[in-house]
Amino acid sequence: MLKHRVIPCVLLKDWQLVKSIGFNSFRTIGHPTSTARVYNARNVDELIVLDIDASVDGEDINIEIIQDIADECFMPLTIGGGIKSLDDIYKVLNAGADKIAINTIALENREFIKEASLRFGTQCIVCSIDVKKIDDVYKVFNKTKGIIDKSPVNLAKEYQEYGAGEILLTSVDNEGSQNGYDIELIQLFQNQLEIPIILNGGMKEPRDALKAIQNGADAVAAAYIFHFSRYTPNDIKLELKNNGIEVRI
Amino acid sequence: MGNLKSVQKAFQKIGCDVVISNNHHEIKEADKIILPGVGAFKDGMKHLQELGLIELLYEEIIVKKKLFLGICLGMQLLATKSYENGEVEGLNWIKASVTKFNFLQNIKLKIPHTGWNNIIYKMKTPLYKGILNNSDFYFVHSYYFKTEEDIILSTTEYGKEFISSINKENIYACQFHPEKSQKVGLKLLENFVNLKSEL
Repeated sequence: MLKHRVIPCVLLKDWQLVKSIGFNSFRTIGHPTSTARVYNARNVDELIVLDIDASVDGEDINIEIIQDIADECFMPLTIGGGIKSLDDIYKVLNAGADKIAINTIALENREFIKEASLRFGTQCIVCSIDVKKIDDVYKVFNKTKGIIDKSPVNLAKEYQEYGAGEILLTSVDNEGSQNGYDIELIQLFQNQLEIPIILNGGMKEPRDALKAIQNGADAVAAAYIFHFSRYTPNDIKLELKNNGIEVRI
Repeated sequence: MGNLKSVQKAFQKIGCDVVISNNHHEIKEADKIILPGVGAFKDGMKHLQELGLIELLYEEIIVKKKLFLGICLGMQLLATKSYENGEVEGLNWIKASVTKFNFLQNIKLKIPHTGWNNIIYKMKTPLYKGILNNSDFYFVHSYYFKTEEDIILSTTEYGKEFISSINKENIYACQFHPEKSQKVGLKLLENFVNLKSEL
């Protein structure tokens, strides 16, 4: 059986790995290489690193740091942030990433998803969707463009059609809040997509992961819980396993 | 692609000296040969052909019986033919074919088969020494390997039971990516490095 995954998802900012809180303030987690080494030692299923210097500040993608991180990872590594061209994807994959995550370019140009998945394979193209609730309605949010009047489910369907291999779904409101995942959000996606959804934002305790997966998430991503609580990725997986969810222990 | 480097890195991690090469002389000098690969079957064969590696690999692996490890596409290429975008001839070292996953309508499984899945042992092998039956390995593939030959080391369940690793004499191959499979993956590579050639 294919296993449900528990994935640390961290941000790269000013040469450090950080954790954001509601997309605004940041807390430093540590040096990229040592953090990657710790995750590797903890036997995590996968690691997602989003380079926010590149995505928000428009700097070049930190290929060297990505390479340093990849050197420590003997598990799948997803890198996102600042990818604007097929050449960027090539560089990131060549640095040792297994998948790339895109956000802004996917919003701007659906054809890009198609070109990227044709050239590198759908399995390595992760489309990231950030969601914010405005007047009780879920809207797509983008760090540079702000609120976009579009339903996240429809956007995800479009991405899937154009060749996305996975969706990384982040609730901006829950992100770093420790209020648990946005279960109402993941419920909207139930049985809507054929590609896996990684739900991100808000995990406080192992039970939150269980709820997310029971409500349709294929995988869960988190950061805060692994750095600022007593729980390890394995604790989350044990909770899932004890409740009949297939995980890799 | 990234895959080559990942494989190299994983071998380095276990202290094995490994070289990425398409140089005939270097390949002839090697004790063991690894063929990794992600991508399309046709491109894979085309590259081997253009680099003059088909005859060389045949000589080194089939004639001289050097220990060989095929990973992912590197396993599929051993087959007689693949049905990936038409019919493409493979190396034909094993009587096998490569076909796309195809599920009944009521089975909602995603293709490519991507993620951690367990392997079920079918035969005892030094390749899995110290690795528990049903261990999870990392898979990324849309096509799978089918053979009638009695060479199956393990199978894996994804909508159906498919072959996840094989061994025929000096030839070992796995559909999953040991270089991305954490501890068990590194252990497998270490086991491969420790295999002694029967010659």
